Amino acid sequence: MRIALFVTCLADTLFPDVGKATTVLLERLGHRVEFPQAQTCCGQMHVNTGYQREALPLIRRFVDTFEPFDVIVTPSGSCAGSIRHQHAMVARRHGDPGLATRAEALGNRTFELSQLLTDVLEVEDVGAYYPHRVTYHPTCHSLRLLRVGDRPLRLLRHVAGLDLVELPEADACCGFGGTFALKNSDTSTAMLADKMRNVLGTRAEVCAAGDSSCLMHIGGGLSRLRAGVRTVHLAEILASTRDGSP
Amino acid sequence: MSRTFLGLPAAGGSGGSSPRASTAPRGVGHLRGTEPFPAAARKALADSQLRRNLGKATATIRAKRAAAVAELPDWEDLRNAGQAIKAETMRHLDRHLAQLEAEVQARGGTVHWARDATEANQIVAGLILATGSREAVKVKSLATDEIGLNDALAAAGITAYETDLAELIIQLGRDRPSHILVPAIHRNRAEIREIFLREMGDADPGLTDEPAALAEAARLHLRRKFLSARVGISGANFAVAQTGTLCVLESEGNGRMCLTLPETLITVMGIEKVIPSWRDLGVFLQLLPRSSTGERMNPYTTMWTGVTPGDGPQQFHLVLLDNGRTAALADEAGRPALHCIRCSACMNVCPVYERTGGHAYGSVYPGPIGAVLSPQLTGVEDNASLPYASSLCGACYDACPVKIDIPSLLVHLRARHVEEARAARRVPGPEAVTMAAASWVMADPRRYAAAQRAGRAGRALSRGGRIRSLPPPLSAWTRARDMPAPPPRTFRQWWRDSGRDLS
Repeated sequence: MRIALFVTCLADTLFPDVGKATTVLLERLGHRVEFPQAQTCCGQMHVNTGYQREALPLIRRFVDTFEPFDVIVTPSGSCAGSIRHQHAMVARRHGDPGLATRAEALGNRTFELSQLLTDVLEVEDVGAYYPHRVTYHPTCHSLRLLRVGDRPLRLLRHVAGLDLVELPEADACCGFGGTFALKNSDTSTAMLADKMRNVLGTRAEVCAAGDSSCLMHIGGGLSRLRAGVRTVHLAEILASTRDGSP
Repeated sequence: MSRTFLGLPAAGGSGGSSPRASTAPRGVGHLRGTEPFPAAARKALADSQLRRNLGKATATIRAKRAAAVAELPDWEDLRNAGQAIKAETMRHLDRHLAQLEAEVQARGGTVHWARDATEANQIVAGLILATGSREAVKVKSLATDEIGLNDALAAAGITAYETDLAELIIQLGRDRPSHILVPAIHRNRAEIREIFLREMGDADPGLTDEPAALAEAARLHLRRKFLSARVGISGANFAVAQTGTLCVLESEGNGRMCLTLPETLITVMGIEKVIPSWRDLGVFLQLLPRSSTGERMNPYTTMWTGVTPGDGPQQFHLVLLDNGRTAALADEAGRPALHCIRCSACMNVCPVYERTGGHAYGSVYPGPIGAVLSPQLTGVEDNASLPYASSLCGACYDACPVKIDIPSLLVHLRARHVEEARAARRVPGPEAVTMAAASWVMADPRRYAAAQRAGRAGRALSRGGRIRSLPPPLSAWTRARDMPAPPPRTFRQWWRDSGRDLS
């Protein structure tokens, strides 16, 4: 199957290993991954901060870039959520029903990584090996916008060597929320403190999630405290084998 | 019939005013805070006792609600029905309100239309003064708190007594409610005991902080007021247009006393509370108690239709309040905020509310629903920080019994805020400039790649792969969290270097 990768601006710029892992994992499963060079950003930050007019060219670029492909995968529940639930709304609100129709159709073919693996490629055991104690934070948008449910956990349960420990109050937001983390940094930090308390309580060595943004937030807090827990994207775990990580 | 209808100025009214429906006026009522949310939240977050009180209370209510909702196999169908009834009612609100007015009047009640808080307060004060009484007992009511009725009555020489236990605690403590269902949620029972001993006057000096003892003290304190008051004031949970029937749901029975004992009953109701028929009421009587108190059914449901000779109040006045609701109705994307049935499920599940409490929102309507309702009632400019007081985690939408998509409403109001500021031709602030620049960069892959290369200069700021301090506005991030250093290669460079196809 020909799959186009929307790597997200955040992973492209700050977390390239997440993009590499997604690519290597899908190739290992026998699929050809394409990376359209014209891609930039889905525009979610603009939309969620109120700058829809500024988001419009980014949405148009996304649609133009990915429309030729049958299936689009992205290692982010939040960006997939924005593509599926915001692009058409913004286009319509700004008087471009044609773009809205195209965005809607494209949204239906855009999948967050765990959705692509379990629903489209119908695989739960990806042949990964990751000998670590891991707890999983189900990010808000993958949970409540995309309804990925236990798909990431099903994938993790099949990873050889992985000791999966349940995260208490897992569905509580970590406090990232995009520009919320800057505009309301005190409240965001208070939410982060409770998330870190729960992560540390599991005695896991790795906190995993399907969104680089939430991981950057949780990981940034853990790093500041020298807490001794690292954050790793789901894709990186699934891409790891007995030969190491990509 | 009425001086105002659905918020529209009466013919020949204030000339030259904006054609848009008016918003709630400044200087009256409790819809605006004294400082923006982030500043108010910062103070609340520093209060560890408040954090503890709120965390414990919201966790308890959350668990109760989850259990009560899980009992019903058709909960999703009920939510869909509630949403559909509200959406349909709003579409024909003018018709339903006219029918309600006609039915109430036909059964001996009097209907008053209040364009805003000021008008509503004048109407209620005038009605009480006309009875010759200078006292009134009150049922817990958000609408009367929204318009600041108690203050307005005090200015007219009338004393209003709150009879709901939590509202009594707030009134005695000269405090403000911080939750729409549990107004004193920010107080623990030791604090409540202190307030009673200090303010009640007739409290037993040996009063303990056992809930039963506190309730008994309030009961004894209030009984005299119930028996002597000649005027009762209430809000309404629902009004059935079909028969002109008003409905109040409560837990303590104080409401039943206020609604049945006084000679005169005055009900202040937001115009969005009307529902067409008794069949519709059946849906909401199932949705509301489970969502709010986590009970299958609330202890007291009181309904009244006009007046009945020899039984209950002999004078009934219904004040229909606009106060910005027509303005909210006019915005189709923002309108669902008017569907709210005031259950408080959204604030009980909200991670922001749980940590900051209700006072930080500055409005009688706190939490997620307040963040989308208050700015619409006042105009977004007057509550501009509220739509941003959310991480958009979506827990509120899942809990809402009438399926208000609060995250989407928040995003919509953020856009309205930015667009209205732009239309007012205010000089773009640093955020607007940054957002415009980011859009320009991201709209073109070459500019985007160049920006990535420039960003790699950030590596100079890092030690051991992390950045501990960044300049404003990113300093808000690095105050509490590290930032990863930009990696040596971006993903797209890795892709090129790996020899994979360039498409």
